[in-house]
Amino acid sequence: MAQEYEKIVKDALFSVAPDLEGEEIVPDETFRDQFEIDSIDFLNYVIGLSKATGLDIPEVDYSELESLQGAVAYLRRRKASMGF
Amino acid sequence: MSEFRMPSLGADMESGRLVEWLKSPGSEVERGDIIAVVDTQKGAIEIEVFEDGVLEEILAEPGEEIPVGRTLAYIRAPGEPRREQRVAEKPKPESEAETPHTPATAKPTPSATAYPPSIPGVHMTPAARRLTAEHQVDPSTLKAGPDGVIGLSEVQAAIGAAPTPLEARPKPKARGIDPGEMRRAIAAAMMRANREIPHYYVTSTIDMTPMMNWLAARNAERAIEDRLLYAAPLLRAVALSFAKFPDLNGTFENGAFVPADRVNIGMAIAVRGCGLITPAILDADRHDIDTLMTKLNDLVKRARGGGLRSSELSMGTATLTNLGDRTADGLMPIIFPPQVAIVGCGQISERPWIVEGEVVARQLMEITFAGDHRASDGRRGAQFLSHLASLLGKPEGL
Repeated sequence: MAQEYEKIVKDALFSVAPDLEGEEIVPDETFRDQFEIDSIDFLNYVIGLSKATGLDIPEVDYSELESLQGAVAYLRRRKASMGF
Repeated sequence: MSEFRMPSLGADMESGRLVEWLKSPGSEVERGDIIAVVDTQKGAIEIEVFEDGVLEEILAEPGEEIPVGRTLAYIRAPGEPRREQRVAEKPKPESEAETPHTPATAKPTPSATAYPPSIPGVHMTPAARRLTAEHQVDPSTLKAGPDGVIGLSEVQAAIGAAPTPLEARPKPKARGIDPGEMRRAIAAAMMRANREIPHYYVTSTIDMTPMMNWLAARNAERAIEDRLLYAAPLLRAVALSFAKFPDLNGTFENGAFVPADRVNIGMAIAVRGCGLITPAILDADRHDIDTLMTKLNDLVKRARGGGLRSSELSMGTATLTNLGDRTADGLMPIIFPPQVAIVGCGQISERPWIVEGEVVARQLMEITFAGDHRASDGRRGAQFLSHLASLLGKPEGL
């Protein structure tokens, strides 16, 4: 499951920043710190996550999605609470 | 008949390489139509026309490096008669070739002089004409393609040649902007700015708490794709402020300030690994916040992925540079010549602030206005900032 979520997160990130595809991602470091990800990129990445998972992601949760590790944990928790 | 020239897409641009024509001779064009793609230091840019008419004749071919200001094509206004050589019944002699259209002062490029003459009543691309000459094909034996134009493929079909292999064609750089070229473009513009523009700076710290609360409440009710970033209301407030201060909105040309009659706000956009580009959102003061958010998203996408238009790079009247989340508290921005003003916003961060005699935590943003001292004075910049602050303080009114 974790691998599946990881793929969802990476796909969402690379779709807004295709030039980053293939880059090594440090799991516990924020995307902003690793790459030049700005607010618009980040918003589109969250939209991508929401579309891929069907989750409605409130704005207050955005900060949990800033790193690969954080985002995977967030998706797992939200999906689990939905009974998956 | 008007001349359609290579536009200047920035203070620094000297020439551009024509990548392709998107319209063929004889097609009708409307103001705003994209008719060609030009490769510049800032990547491939779509070039628009600024009038209605018919694309009468094309004077440049893909692959050519063309200086700013040189004629690329002739555009015939609606109702205007065609050029004489087109209605002539018989082909004119060699002397009617392209060369007479080349400005007398400009050296004719080798490729321009190498074209065989255009044939009356037949629309043939310059590259196709050259190929017919190289292979001694009689152009009158050629049939036009579905678009009514004889292009390379029609000539190649006639001579039985394989299409030019991709590697041999002038290579349009993908949006993969050359970082070195882009750096040089930025260097040229900023050197000019620091050399020519006597900057003054005024700075204020603005309480963005009302704005951020208003946005959070608004976004909470919205589907994720309709949510706003604070950049959108910020852009609207800046655009409205420039509309209110026309003496700061425009360009400095030939020793004098020229006010602009519209508010086109250049947005400093970072292209990862390459640098900054500042395409403008045209008439930014006339769009509501939601429209500006959509336009901003689209502009950022095109700045990075390709598809910026010539108007967006050549018609900015003032610039906004917004550092954004988790960057730095403030910046002293450099004016993008020939403009006379730029607004620089630092990150929003929670800091102590005094409200009604109490120290409280507020969301603060430092905004710096840089003005061209040839066009205005610091006092005017301070008035601008104070107006901007009052707009940002009442987000519901934006």
